[in-house]
Amino acid sequence: MAVSAVRAIFTLLAVSAIVFSLARITGDPIDVLAPVTMSREDEQALRVKWGLDKSLPQQYASFIGNAVQGDFGDSFIFPTETATGVIVDRLPATLQLGFVSVLLVLVVGVPLGVLSAVKRGSGTDRVARGIALFGQSVPDFWLGIMLIWIFAAKLRWFPTSGNFGWKSFVLPSIVVSIFGIAAVLRLFRSSMLETLDSEYVKLARLKGLSRAKVIWKHALKAASIAPLTFFGTLSIRILTGATVAEIVFAWPGVGLLAFQAANARDFPVVQALALFTSVVIVLMNLLVDVLYAYLDPRVRLGEKAVG
Amino acid sequence: MSDESTDRDGSGIGDAATPVAEAPVSAEVDPTGTPGRMRKAFGALVRFRRRMKRYPWLPLLIVVGLLIVPAVFADFLTPHDPLRGILGDRLKPPMWLDGGTSEYPLGTDKLGRDMLTRLMYGARISLVVGSITVFVGTVIGGTLGMLAGYLGGVVDKVVTWLIDTFLSLPVVLLALVIVAAIGPSFITIISIISLTIWAIFARVVRGETLSIREKDYVARAKVAGVGSFRILSRYILPNLANTLIVLATLQVGVVILGEASLSFIGAGIPRPNPSWGVMVADGRDNVLTQWWLTVFPGMAILLVVMSLNLMGDWLRDFLDPKLRQQA
Repeated sequence: MAVSAVRAIFTLLAVSAIVFSLARITGDPIDVLAPVTMSREDEQALRVKWGLDKSLPQQYASFIGNAVQGDFGDSFIFPTETATGVIVDRLPATLQLGFVSVLLVLVVGVPLGVLSAVKRGSGTDRVARGIALFGQSVPDFWLGIMLIWIFAAKLRWFPTSGNFGWKSFVLPSIVVSIFGIAAVLRLFRSSMLETLDSEYVKLARLKGLSRAKVIWKHALKAASIAPLTFFGTLSIRILTGATVAEIVFAWPGVGLLAFQAANARDFPVVQALALFTSVVIVLMNLLVDVLYAYLDPRVRLGEKAVG
Repeated sequence: MSDESTDRDGSGIGDAATPVAEAPVSAEVDPTGTPGRMRKAFGALVRFRRRMKRYPWLPLLIVVGLLIVPAVFADFLTPHDPLRGILGDRLKPPMWLDGGTSEYPLGTDKLGRDMLTRLMYGARISLVVGSITVFVGTVIGGTLGMLAGYLGGVVDKVVTWLIDTFLSLPVVLLALVIVAAIGPSFITIISIISLTIWAIFARVVRGETLSIREKDYVARAKVAGVGSFRILSRYILPNLANTLIVLATLQVGVVILGEASLSFIGAGIPRPNPSWGVMVADGRDNVLTQWWLTVFPGMAILLVVMSLNLMGDWLRDFLDPKLRQQA
C-alpha cells in the first residue's frame, strides 16, 4: 500500500514537471500563461505572483504550492473565472458520461466475454470475437461521426449533440465504451476459459450445483481477479475516449473544455486539466491495488502481480 | 483475437510436424516411380494450401495495398497534389455517383483536393509515424526491459517505476498541453507517442527476460564464464525476437489509431498535411451532404488497424503462444 502511494506521488510529480517545463520551454512563460491582451503592468503583477522572477527550482516549488491549492491562474477564454472554477463547472457532465460508459462496459463486456468462453467455438463466440476485434480497431472519433450520421441525422432516434435527457447518453456512451467493451470481453474470455478448466469448478459441478450457478457465481468471481489489473489502463482509456466523444458530440464536459482551451491556447486551463486527469488516474490505480488485495488474499502488497 | 489461438493452435502444431511425419510414408509406398513423386508433390501442395489457409492473406493484402504501397509510391501513383487543390473542382463526389469524374475516383474535398491522393499521402504519414515510434519504442523499451529483467535489484525497481509512471500519463491531455504551449508538429506527435509506447515494450520484455533468465542454458553459460553483455545479446535477445515481432505488429496498429485520434483533435499532425485523422476532422461538418470526406479516411484507418490486429494475433499464435495470455 505504502509502495503504491509513493509511486502515485512520484507519478504526479513527473506529470507536473512535464507541464511545468512545457510552459517554460518556449522562453518566457508569461507568453503562454497570460492572455495576449494583458497589459504590461498586469503581466508584471502575474510574474511576481507566480514567482517567475525567481530561480527555476523556486519557481517549481511555488508552482506545486499553487497547484496543491488548486490555483492554476485565470482562464483566458472565460475571463471572469479561474482555471479550476471552469473545470469544476464542467466536471459533472463528464462524470455522468463516464459512469454510464463504465456501466456499459461491465454490462456488455463481461457477459459477452463469459458467454464467449462458455460457448467456445459457437456462433455466439464468433459474434463476440467480431465485436472485440471491431472495438479494438475502430477509430472512436469516426465511429461517433458515423453514429451521428446514421442514428441522429438519418433516423432521428437520438439527438446529434449536447446533453438533454437520457437519449443524449446513448451515442456518446457507445463511443466512449467501445474500446473498453472489446478489452473487457477479451480479458474475461481468456480468464474464464482458464477458470472453467480448473479442478474446483469441476468439483462444484460434481457436487450438484447448477451449471448457471457455477458459471455466473463461482467461476466468474475467480475469473474477475486477473482482468482487474487492467482496470487502471481502462480508466485512462475511458477518460481519453471521453475527450474524443465530448468533442464529437459537443458534450459540455472537461474533454470538450480541454479541446477548446488547447485551440484557444488557454494554457492555465489545459495545464490544470492535465494535472487533474493525472490525479484521477493515479487514484484509480490506487483503488485497483486495494481492490486487488481485497479480492485475492494471495497477493502480497508491494509485490507486483506478474503479467 | 487472442483466443482464436486456442482452437487453431492444436492444429497449428500438428501442421508444423506434418512434413516430417509424412515424407517418409510416401517415399515408402513408391520410392522411385513417377506416381509416387506426383503424390508427393501433390501432398506438398495440399499441405502448402492447408497452411496458407490459416495465414491471414486478406489482412496482409490490406496492409500492403492500403498502407505500404501507397505510402512508398504515392508520388508515382497519382498525378494530383495532396496539398494544393483546384477550387473549381471542389466537393466532387466519387466517380460512381452523379457528377463524379474518373479524374477524382473518390471525389474531392472542400479545397478541391483529390481524396484518393490525400489518402495515399495519409498512408505515408501513418506508416512513418507508426514505424518511427515503434522502432524507438522497441529499442528503448527493449533495452530497459532486458536490463531490468536480467539485472534485477535497483535497476529493476527504477525501470518498473518508470514504466508505471509513463503508462499512467494522460497522453491526450499532455498532447493538448503541448499544442497550447508550442503548437502541433511532426516531432511533437512522434515524441508524445514514443513516450508511452516504450513503456509497453519495456513491460513485456522485462517479463519475458525474467523467465528466460531462469532457463538452464543461461545458468550454464554463466557458470562457463560468459559475460553479462554476451548473455544478453547471444542468449536472451534471440529468444525475445518473436515476442518483439508480435508486439511491434500490434503496436503499429495502436500507434496509427493514436496518431489519427490526436490529429483529429488537433493535437497531432498539423494541417494541411493529409493525416487520416485530420481528413476525418475536416470532413466532419459535411457528413450529411458529402459523406465521402469522412467515410473513406475512417474506413482506411479501420481496415488497416483491424488487419494489423489480425496479423499480430496470427503471428502470436504462430511464433509465441506464451504471449497469448497478455491482452
